Amino acid sequence: MIDVENLTKDYGDHRALDDISFSVEKGEILGFLGPNGAGKTTTMRILTCYSPPTKGKVMVAGHDCFEDSLNARRKIGYLPERVPLYEDMRVDEYLSFVAKIKGMPSRDTKHKVVRIMDDCGLSDVSRKMINSISRGYRQRVGIAQALVNDPEVLVLDEPTVGLDPKQIKEIRSLIKELAGKHTVILSTHILPEVSLLCNRVIIINKGKLVAVDTPENLTSGNLPRVFLRIGGDVVDVEKALAGLSGVKSAERELTASKDTCGFIVTFDNEKKARKNIHSMIDENSWDLIEIRPMEMSLEDVFIKLVTKESA
Amino acid sequence: MNIRSIGLILHRELKSYFSSLIAYVVIVMFLLITGYFFYNLLATFSVISFQAQVNPMLAKQYQLLNINETVVRPLFGNISIIMLLMTPLLTMRLISEEKKSGTMELLLTFPVKDIDVVLGKYLACLVVFLVMILLTTTYPILLLILGEPEIMPMITGYLGLILLGAAFISLGIFTSSLTENQIVAASMSFGILFFFWLISYSVPFVSPAFGQILSYLSINEHIASLAKGVLDTEDIIYYLCFIVLFLFLTLRSLESKRW
Ligand SMILES: Nc1ncnc2c1ncn2[C@@H]1O[C@H](COP(=O)(O)OP(=O)(O)OP(=O)(O)O)[C@@H](O)[C@H]1O
Ligand SMILES: [Mg+2]
Repeated sequence: MIDVENLTKDYGDHRALDDISFSVEKGEILGFLGPNGAGKTTTMRILTCYSPPTKGKVMVAGHDCFEDSLNARRKIGYLPERVPLYEDMRVDEYLSFVAKIKGMPSRDTKHKVVRIMDDCGLSDVSRKMINSISRGYRQRVGIAQALVNDPEVLVLDEPTVGLDPKQIKEIRSLIKELAGKHTVILSTHILPEVSLLCNRVIIINKGKLVAVDTPENLTSGNLPRVFLRIGGDVVDVEKALAGLSGVKSAERELTASKDTCGFIVTFDNEKKARKNIHSMIDENSWDLIEIRPMEMSLEDVFIKLVTKESA
Repeated sequence: MNIRSIGLILHRELKSYFSSLIAYVVIVMFLLITGYFFYNLLATFSVISFQAQVNPMLAKQYQLLNINETVVRPLFGNISIIMLLMTPLLTMRLISEEKKSGTMELLLTFPVKDIDVVLGKYLACLVVFLVMILLTTTYPILLLILGEPEIMPMITGYLGLILLGAAFISLGIFTSSLTENQIVAASMSFGILFFFWLISYSVPFVSPAFGQILSYLSINEHIASLAKGVLDTEDIIYYLCFIVLFLFLTLRSLESKRW
């Protein structure tokens, strides 16, 4: 559905994107990850035919974004990062303007606008001026305008920023529902969101492609870890943990108090290590206060990839 | 070109002109200032007519008893100067505001051609301008009620004013496309419009051939004959070329800003 080949973008002599290639199948949800200034927004602007690439080729739904831009744009719904809206319009007025300008016949718009406002939780503010609604509602209006004509491809630049937790959940399930029928590309800084939503992840850093894979594959190479809090002397515990077989490393956490200490323990043999930790605590008659699995492993992959690349 | 997209953009821009009160403020200011000029021209005319009644020699001497010469032509002159001061205030926001707020980024990813965006915005401003200029027809209508002015110069005069305004707006939308800052856009319009207005002053000081070019380029030379009631296609072509040129430049500037 989306094919990006050798995409390069220069701003003056600053190279914002460097030879990026990837493709997205129909119905997929693709997550775009990268630190600030990595080039996510730049890529999205090119995908949506707003700015032309310096080099490379972008095809959206079978249309070249540069040569056949108008037809490509008909297939795309775009939520820009800044969520730019016409402040001097009412919400319903704005959405029907967008629907019509995207080519929807006038007789369908009214009905469609009511439905999309319902889906995005905008019914309460439908008659308010856009400059008087809150940040979260603006975000919803931005999402609603991207969705209003049921485009085949959705490009969402940080769609859940500024939403309350309940709304984040609703928008996520909305996006999830769109998968299959629509193709979605979204960028985000919330890593769990990627694992929740996306079939595939792209990580870019400083304009270069660092990784393209499913979230499962990206995290599967990682060793299991637990957070461990023990009532005992830090130095003793650290020494004991280091000598334990099955434990690969133990990092001291900064949460130590007078008689408890915390560690992030990485296992290379989980079963053995758990047994050994148990007997270690028994032998030294320490207290086991807390042990829980650490799950934020995509974050670690991300940080590892991004720092490795820039090192 | 797509008439529907142009219409949608035109409609949206018009709403924004009137909901932001810009249109009202500019139109009211325009009417107050032109009304003030009209009142003074009329007062002068009536004083002169009164004196002429007392002393017929005076009238012959000044040849001022023609209402077209004393009121209508100076009025058109004044209106066009005030237009020059007012239209940049109408045009400055057209593109720069959307660039600053970022809505241009979204608008240009909708399936509309750049030319539809430019024309929609241009026509919206033209509509506001037409409302403004048609409201000033109260002055000539008053003259028709009060005296017996020639009608033809008034009609061609209005055609001239409309063409002049349409030209001002095309320049205004161009400067608005060059910057994100509305004040900068308006300043550039003022500067360039004054340039086109004032180059005719240099005509006496340069060689005749060059002088001819300058007076052809001058934007107000072309309205002079229209105000006298002379309909010359050359003048109309001048304004149409001016408009097309600056709309084309606007389009190019919009395209280049995507890079
Ligand atoms: N219009 C522009 N002119 C010049 N440089 C630009 C422009 N837009 C972006 N850049 C540069 O391109 C690089 C990539 O920016 P981009 O906005 O794509 O980052 P991002 O990945 O979206 O970051 P963030 O997570 O902060 O949104 C940055 O170094 C930025 O300074
Ligand atoms: Mg960004």
